[in-house]
Amino acid sequence: MPLLERSSRLTTPLPGASAHSHGMPFVPDQSRAERTSSYAVADFPIPHGREEEWRFTPVDRLGDLFRDEPTGLCLDWEEHLPAGVTISGITVEEWQRAGLPKPGDRAAAVAAAHSGGVGVIDIPAGTELTDPVRITLSGSEGQLVHGHLWLRVGDRARTTVVLGHTGHAAYSEVLSITAGDGADLTIVTIQEWDDSAIHLGEHDIVVGRDATVRHIAVTLGGQLVRLNTNATYAGPGGTFEGYGVYFADAGQHLEHRLFVDHDAPQCTSHVEYKGALQGESARSVWVGDVLIRARAEGTLTYEINRNLVLTEGAQADSVPNLEIETGQIRGAGHAAATGRFDDEQLFYLQARGIPEDEARRLVVRGFFADIIAKIPVAELQGHLTQAVERELARTAYAAPEK
Amino acid sequence: MTVLEIRDLSVSVTTEDGPKEILRGVNLTIRSGETHAIMGPNGSGKSTLAYSVAGHPKYHVTSGTVTLDGEDVLAMSVDERARAGLFLAMQYPVEVPGVTVSNFLRTAKTAIDGQAPKLRTWVKDVRVAMDELKMDPAFAERNVNEGFSGGEKKRHEVLQLELLRPKIAFLDETDSGLDVDALRVVSEGVNRAKAESDMGIALITHYTRILSYIKPDFVHVFVDGRIVESGGADLAHRLEAEGYDRFVSATA
Repeated sequence: MPLLERSSRLTTPLPGASAHSHGMPFVPDQSRAERTSSYAVADFPIPHGREEEWRFTPVDRLGDLFRDEPTGLCLDWEEHLPAGVTISGITVEEWQRAGLPKPGDRAAAVAAAHSGGVGVIDIPAGTELTDPVRITLSGSEGQLVHGHLWLRVGDRARTTVVLGHTGHAAYSEVLSITAGDGADLTIVTIQEWDDSAIHLGEHDIVVGRDATVRHIAVTLGGQLVRLNTNATYAGPGGTFEGYGVYFADAGQHLEHRLFVDHDAPQCTSHVEYKGALQGESARSVWVGDVLIRARAEGTLTYEINRNLVLTEGAQADSVPNLEIETGQIRGAGHAAATGRFDDEQLFYLQARGIPEDEARRLVVRGFFADIIAKIPVAELQGHLTQAVERELARTAYAAPEK
Repeated sequence: MTVLEIRDLSVSVTTEDGPKEILRGVNLTIRSGETHAIMGPNGSGKSTLAYSVAGHPKYHVTSGTVTLDGEDVLAMSVDERARAGLFLAMQYPVEVPGVTVSNFLRTAKTAIDGQAPKLRTWVKDVRVAMDELKMDPAFAERNVNEGFSGGEKKRHEVLQLELLRPKIAFLDETDSGLDVDALRVVSEGVNRAKAESDMGIALITHYTRILSYIKPDFVHVFVDGRIVESGGADLAHRLEAEGYDRFVSATA
């Protein structure tokens, strides 16, 4: 893969190396586990932008989303629920008593406190759905909305859930996801907001014993999107896969943070995010934290982020972090690479008669293809491939040097 | 009848120490149906000639002309050159992750012909060509050059040569890294392509081995950025016997 070095900026603790693996325990100066999590908004001071978890984010645009008060507004909601799937509501207090992961930052604590109630999507135990659950949330007029959903997948249930976001809003959300023992869940969250929208999200996933959860984030629209995806395990044998595709245009800030907390033995995690950036001040941030606690023996984990910088002036930050508290693991590795468009690929395709713009389309489509192929809904794959190509066509390329 | 004319071609590359001249006045004419073997020691500029004609951005033409039936090749973009009928079988073909061979071949064929090939005949053409090159049909669904062995990459280059039917093809060390069986299969592919479309071929090679499978009409000795001697097939035999020393010392 010729996507190494030459980054406009690559912040990774591994200068010069594109990939490596750890077999030995590794102790950082500060553990990821020490971060605050709480239901109380007051436990999180308003971020000023120098905190580790906010240092890449333009917090000055987020004042409204940090404010500790409800707005009473909601997004428009469209749903397609296969037979057997239900939606109900519980109070915030009931949700707090359910013992799920607590909010991990100011915005999530505010959203959880002021959502006005939690929408619970239930997929009963043993249900096998071939038809995906679809929910599309859309905003208008940029209203400030706090949202909170709980996707509750029963033991041995198998399903795909597609959560879409469109329109113009300032949306701050918490999504709690619990997958029961032996469940198999694919959750696809698609951000196709208007270019003025802001979206802060915290997705807290609890993977049941021997369960598999695939979380796929596709972020194309929005002026500022920041998704924190956190995974923990309720028992041994669980698998978490986190995939992501993002395309940042001029003026967009797209940030994805993942934290896989391996606190149970014999669990697996695989995180793979790919992003393309084009246009002046296009910005992406990817932070992948993995913590393997002492009791998580037999862990197998790998995380990788690749960025394709298509034009000058775009900036991709990529920070993989791995903390290992036991040597008794199957394997742990991470990699990050940010590269410019590969001129040799372009030459090869053009030397076969393929015009430059089409060659670029082929390469970018190919770059994202393996992740888009993870989405188990064929029409959605086609829709997203086209959406990516529209993004590509939006900004004219600077002519390459001859 | 197609004619590629290379006249007084000089080419340089940019290095840390400034521009470095690699080609120093190359003259070569290739007509339809002719096979030219371009032979020479490593580093003599043989590959640079092929890449310069194909239009690789790394190489800067400092003087000279390249025309294809009178059309100025140097004024064309890389893809325009390919659509005009030039082809370069690369020594180190590039991986294109996520793009399948079948998608790539169809896209290239559509670009070269200016219209999509008829699906039924195209699928059959690809299958037959792959079969003759002893390529597994599953190959079509792999990503372009990704994880290919050296031999698979060369077969894939010749597969494109057969399917895209260029007028003039440069084969850059297509024989390197092939065992005897693979060399024979690949050479037969080149010969088939030539028999079907009467293309002109510039066969760039370091060794004479491939010339027992692909018979050259002309042999050129390439040393220090230019052609220093041209002759018939017998010149290759002399090179085999005598090596390049005679030419290298003559220009040193």
